[in-house]
Amino acid sequence: MSVADTLIKAQPAPPDRAKRWTTARISGTILVMFWVVAAIGLVFYLYSAWDIAKIERYGPKFLSGLWTTLSLVGVSIAIGAVISLPVALGRVSKNPVISRIAFAYVYVFRGTPLIAQLFLIYYGLGSFRPQLEAVGLWLFFRDAWNCALFAFSLNTSAYQAEILRGAIDSVPRGQWEGAAALGLNRLQAFWKVILPQALIVALRPYGNEIILMIKGSAIVALVTVFDLMGETRRAFSRTYDFQAYIWAAVFYFCIVEALRNVWNLLEARLTRHLKR
Amino acid sequence: MDNYLTLLSFGDQGWGDEIAWGVLITVSLALATLPVGLFIGFIIAVAKQSEEWTLRTAADIYTTIFRGLPELLTLFLVYFGLQIGIQQLLKAVGLGGAIEINTFFAGVIALALVFSSYASEVFLSAFRAIPKGQYEGGYALGLRRGRVMRSIIVPQLIRIALPGLGNLWMILIKDTALVSAIGLTDILRQTGVAARVTKEAFLFFGLAFLLYLVLALISSIGLNRLEAYGKRGEQVR
Repeated sequence: MSVADTLIKAQPAPPDRAKRWTTARISGTILVMFWVVAAIGLVFYLYSAWDIAKIERYGPKFLSGLWTTLSLVGVSIAIGAVISLPVALGRVSKNPVISRIAFAYVYVFRGTPLIAQLFLIYYGLGSFRPQLEAVGLWLFFRDAWNCALFAFSLNTSAYQAEILRGAIDSVPRGQWEGAAALGLNRLQAFWKVILPQALIVALRPYGNEIILMIKGSAIVALVTVFDLMGETRRAFSRTYDFQAYIWAAVFYFCIVEALRNVWNLLEARLTRHLKR
Repeated sequence: MDNYLTLLSFGDQGWGDEIAWGVLITVSLALATLPVGLFIGFIIAVAKQSEEWTLRTAADIYTTIFRGLPELLTLFLVYFGLQIGIQQLLKAVGLGGAIEINTFFAGVIALALVFSSYASEVFLSAFRAIPKGQYEGGYALGLRRGRVMRSIIVPQLIRIALPGLGNLWMILIKDTALVSAIGLTDILRQTGVAARVTKEAFLFFGLAFLLYLVLALISSIGLNRLEAYGKRGEQVR
């Protein structure tokens, strides 16, 4: 019979196994180094290319371009939201004619490039100048900013209608029935019961749509609207200094990232009652 | 009316052949971008699932950047950036002279950068939909990692990722319109030239609009077929 008469002393934890340099680790390290070098290079480039005369001259223009971009996107998103409501209701309508028309509207605007829509409205409507002058709309369509606003509103309304339709579909039918059982008519049920629940589902796609619009709005620079991209192109064509584009990239990147993070916070806040 | 038909006809009088050429450029640009974008997107998606934090971080930075920049800006950055970069490089080596980058090439690179960063997200969510047991079953059969990926995972992955990739293809076709801004003779460029020369802006831009719509229609029919083909092995419920 053997009895242990000595206790083995507590041992320190075994040392971590040395991490092997696998292919994944080597390539990952190289790639991270690449990004780090790229970031340092970017900062260094912007520092060395810093020219106070150019900054003083084009800085305020960039800021006004930024404001043009943001106001254009903000207004067209708002107008698009208003137009999207009837379109989305048309999409879910049981009347085949209405739902086909709504589907065609959505398909046409989602199936063609925004830039083609913009060109069609800005340049194309010029062919109808006499007719437009007769109805007094020419003053509106003469201005590139208005045309961009018009095209963007129609375009985003089609996308927003799809978002809204998907969200309305995602609300269970029992909610409609429950509302009807409480004596609400369909309109009241839609506004007070269905829409609030649908908007929570739609929150994330809406955020994506705003980001897509901010990025897509860069094309107005091609129809002589001086938004952020337009000011960038103007600065580049005058100075032939590539830092204009780098600054534009920094600006756009910051807007999109800020919006993405704000939207994440907003979503977390608005859905806090759904967390378990 | 006859006037319009002449304008749209093929030959010296009309713009039909120029615009047909533009359609060809648009379609071939999209088709050339697709494999490049899919390949890079797949690699990025694999990197995002790696156990190595460095690979994950590098891949995340890539997608964050190219999803955060406007497509038009990416295109300009690639086109002018490559041009200036190569010129500086040549100057450093001692060779001078202006360099012009092929616009088609610049278009493919810029569109592939954007496409791949979105595609990587689609692939990533498809990867997550495949149960771990599929990998384990493959390893239990003694297959190597590459073989498991090729024979077991990818066939399921494609089927799951197909709707998402189909959406990206539609977006890609629309994004090709941007290359007209750097002078590639795609649909929009050719119709724009025709509109300026003939002063029939609505006719030609309307035609461009319709051509894109037709491309989208053809694509969505083709994608539906492809999805049905992918689902043929599934149970009919």
